[in-house]
Amino acid sequence: MFSIIRSLWLTFLHMFHKRVTIEYPEEKAPLPPRWRGRIILSRDPDGMERCVGCYLCAAACPVDCIALQATEDENGRRYPEFFRINFSRCIFCGYCEDACPTYAIQLIPDFEMGEYDRQNLVYEKEDLLIAGQGKYHGYNYYREAGVDVGVKGKGEGENEDKPVDVRTLMP
Amino acid sequence: MKVKITIDDKIYEVDQETNLLEACLSLEMDLPYFCWHPELGSVAACRQCAIIKYKDDDDEKGKLVMACLEPVKEGMRISLQAPQAHDFRAHNIEALMINHPHDCPVCDEGGECHLQDMTVMTGHNYRRYRFNKRTHTNQYLGPFINHEMNRCIQCYRCTRFYNDYAGGKDFDVFASHDSVYFGRHEPGILENEFSGNLVEVCPTGVFTDKTFKKHFTRKWDLSNGPSICHNCSLGCNIIAGERYGSLRRIRSRYNGDVNGYFICDRGRFGYEYVNSENRICIPLKIENGESSPMPREQAVREISEITSGAKKLIGIGSPKASLESNFLLRQWVGSENFYAGIPANEGKLIRQVIKILKKGTVRTPSLSEVKGYDAVFILGEDVTNTAPMLALYLRQAAKNQPGEVAKDLKIPDWNDAATRVVVQNATGSVYIATFHATKLDEIATQSYYAHPDNIARLAYEVMAEIEGNFKDETKVEAMDNANQPLSSSIAKAMLAAKKPLIVAGTSLYSEAIVQSAAAVANALKEKGKDPGLVYVVPEVNSIGLSMLSEQFLEDAFDKTDSADATIILENDLYQRKDKSSIDAFLKYQKNIISLHYLENTTTHQANYVLPVGTFAEADGTVVSNEGRAQRFYKAHQPDNDIRSSWEWIQEIMMDKWGSASFDEIVSSMVREFPELERVQDAAPSAEFREETQKIPRETHRYSGRTAEDADKNVSEPKPPEDRNSALSYTMEGFTGVPPSAITPFYWTPGWNSVQAINKYQIEVGGELLGGNPGIRLFEPKETTDLDFSDHIPLQFSPKQDEYCGLPLYHIYGSDELSAQSPAVKERVPEAYIALNDDDALKNDIREDDMIEVSVNGEKKRFAVKLHKGISPGILGLPKGLTETAGTEFPFTATIKLISHE
Repeated sequence: MFSIIRSLWLTFLHMFHKRVTIEYPEEKAPLPPRWRGRIILSRDPDGMERCVGCYLCAAACPVDCIALQATEDENGRRYPEFFRINFSRCIFCGYCEDACPTYAIQLIPDFEMGEYDRQNLVYEKEDLLIAGQGKYHGYNYYREAGVDVGVKGKGEGENEDKPVDVRTLMP
Repeated sequence: MKVKITIDDKIYEVDQETNLLEACLSLEMDLPYFCWHPELGSVAACRQCAIIKYKDDDDEKGKLVMACLEPVKEGMRISLQAPQAHDFRAHNIEALMINHPHDCPVCDEGGECHLQDMTVMTGHNYRRYRFNKRTHTNQYLGPFINHEMNRCIQCYRCTRFYNDYAGGKDFDVFASHDSVYFGRHEPGILENEFSGNLVEVCPTGVFTDKTFKKHFTRKWDLSNGPSICHNCSLGCNIIAGERYGSLRRIRSRYNGDVNGYFICDRGRFGYEYVNSENRICIPLKIENGESSPMPREQAVREISEITSGAKKLIGIGSPKASLESNFLLRQWVGSENFYAGIPANEGKLIRQVIKILKKGTVRTPSLSEVKGYDAVFILGEDVTNTAPMLALYLRQAAKNQPGEVAKDLKIPDWNDAATRVVVQNATGSVYIATFHATKLDEIATQSYYAHPDNIARLAYEVMAEIEGNFKDETKVEAMDNANQPLSSSIAKAMLAAKKPLIVAGTSLYSEAIVQSAAAVANALKEKGKDPGLVYVVPEVNSIGLSMLSEQFLEDAFDKTDSADATIILENDLYQRKDKSSIDAFLKYQKNIISLHYLENTTTHQANYVLPVGTFAEADGTVVSNEGRAQRFYKAHQPDNDIRSSWEWIQEIMMDKWGSASFDEIVSSMVREFPELERVQDAAPSAEFREETQKIPRETHRYSGRTAEDADKNVSEPKPPEDRNSALSYTMEGFTGVPPSAITPFYWTPGWNSVQAINKYQIEVGGELLGGNPGIRLFEPKETTDLDFSDHIPLQFSPKQDEYCGLPLYHIYGSDELSAQSPAVKERVPEAYIALNDDDALKNDIREDDMIEVSVNGEKKRFAVKLHKGISPGILGLPKGLTETAGTEFPFTATIKLISHE
């Protein structure tokens, strides 16, 4: 008997608490920047695609919902020929972002992706690629890598010596 | 011999002939290494395989040694796990990684990189070095190999393979100290025929496959088929990798009996025709020169209507098609109407070779056994171009005699550095008799250039010298001992050798050469030697096809009664014989049904064209030059109408035959041809299961399954089933080491690179677990009734103004299919005609002049190349190039100068 009254009383008191429920969609919930939502592909500070087509995101994906094909431009710079994410399979675990060595693939705080037709949840590269750098600014993979793909010459990187002259025997 | 040693306080039995690194790897221990390679031996250049070796049981400190240079000794005590050894290995990797670039995401080796594996294995995971990285410029190395020198860790494997093992001349190591550079003296095409193996030999990504780079896929994303190379007759084992419906790359598949670790560049890079734009992907009907695609069912129905009521059908088989496809075609048209799709002169020679394989007393060694012979006599064959891998192993055989010196000094086989110091560039007895200078001449003791008949005569002289006397008077008359000093030195060398090897082949279309080789080998056998006899035949299934049929193209052409339909299996007839005779034959055929992969002149003449699978999309069995039956499997199931030829034939004959599985077809073939009985054992049957599971073609890390077809339909299709083999088209299934004949890829935990092969072998560098794949159909007999010792041909002497035309083979170009691959096409030479200096001088012809060659009234023009070694009265014409396709050899021709260069 007492416990019933106590429960009623406590429930009654809740009427005066601060409300957690918000009137979505009229009102949007504030999402932290690291919230794992829709996946995007970002660009480097020079405005070029960051993705180098290394396939690590696809390998890391536990539901195998990422498929891509790497190709090269005339300078040998690697980029994805196509990049497809099947969001009807995606579980937003963020492993792809963890695996990405170039900060290209990022999960952003957006979850409003509902569709009536499941086919529309298949995103191609043009749907994924954004104009900016996303969450991580200033990083350009091809400036750090050893390959010459038209971004910097051999030995022009910050931590690189000039190319070796194989004709000299000087110590 | 096995001895006991103690490793980390446990006692193991290991082989005494090995070094500690091999012993540890054979025991499945993870000991990192870079420069050691089972085939190349030890040099201890990388200092990675450090272990602690103790003096005796009381020694607690021990000393640090390189396992690869330390021979196994009875009762020795070593430690892999000792902290000093472990730390040394971790620090060594750290030092090797100082200059290694931050390239893995864009490096084609990433994910199957030995350097990555070893770095993880030693535990080095954080870069402490703060200073600059050394950089190198790259070189253009031709259409096959990509060079990225920054990644080098100076293990020296590349130059040891390319220069020391494969005999390359245009590659070396330059510069000094920490800036050594591996490359050419200037950018240019790597000339050696085995340059592609650098991709697998290099432990990291300095040398990568340029053709693979164009459609790059990670190793884990490929769907792999255990396959057999279709580009020559040796039957090297390969792995064909597919992704998104196209063939991505070819890798060598280890077979300790056949190709070992390596394959040639034609095998590795000659695959791209599979993805060609000229590929036939749907059935075509051609009416009045208009070709129109048609659905599969309709094509099958129409063809089966034509053929079911037919009184007579003609079937033309192919040495490029599997035994099963050829056999089903033979069943379809009837044995009397089935013709091997090769000219009779070639077919009869191959049948002669088969007879010798079947009835002879001399063993035909498997390809990799060739390395064990110590004297070689090559008759008429330009091995580097007709059977490249044989040339690679003949080069190793040539090292055996000088290697004896090293053995006397008690230097073990595996100690490559020491052996090389002793041997230098010495080679053993290698005698080469061909009609022109060949690349192997550089290792020859002596070369002899002559017409095939004279080559055979030399062989008979050698035979007589071996026998010690001419057996009867008639032969003495037939021989004039023209090559006395040479033939006696060859005979002496062959008799002095422990295991002499005779190499011959069908490439010069000379029966005399084939017979004389057997005669020499027999003479050696009778002298109590243990000789070997290798015949090179033209194509992958030449032996298999000629076992199924005794009738050849000419026999089909001679039949004047017309057939209701002619079925041409995987064969472009215009490659086989001259255009006029093919045209004449095809003109009178009512319904021509061509089953082929690529559009060609024959398919253009056909009424129906069915798309069939190349080695990458078909199942089948082929028989190699040694008579080894080997199975090849689809790398993937194409989503178009491409299927194995035998599947098409079966579908057309469905009403009559019902549906039989691959294994049932093999058994009915065996019933018909009992000598093929052992073909059934070449690979596990379709019912085979490993722990109740199928063997997956895809790795367990295969990615993108739920997205790769999502652009077409978001609902994933059911993966195709493979009812013809124990392999599956998925990533699910048995994850351990499968039977060797159906191993689709190499991977074990911690070993992502090709070096994982170690774990698939009983002992490192030896036989695969469960035995090397393939079944030899012929073994030598105790006695024989074959005797060619009196088939001595007449001396060839050049005639006035009349020349004998012989084929010149090119590794890139003489095989019609591989030559259509873009990378290989870059290496195909322009058509030319080769002449001897004297003949050229006589006719006032200089290099590059244009001359007209008339063969049987047909005139063709070629630029002239002056070839060293071609004997007077002989013309050399490249075989199989677009301009020379269909030329029948040998031919008689006259030449006329058209214009000076």
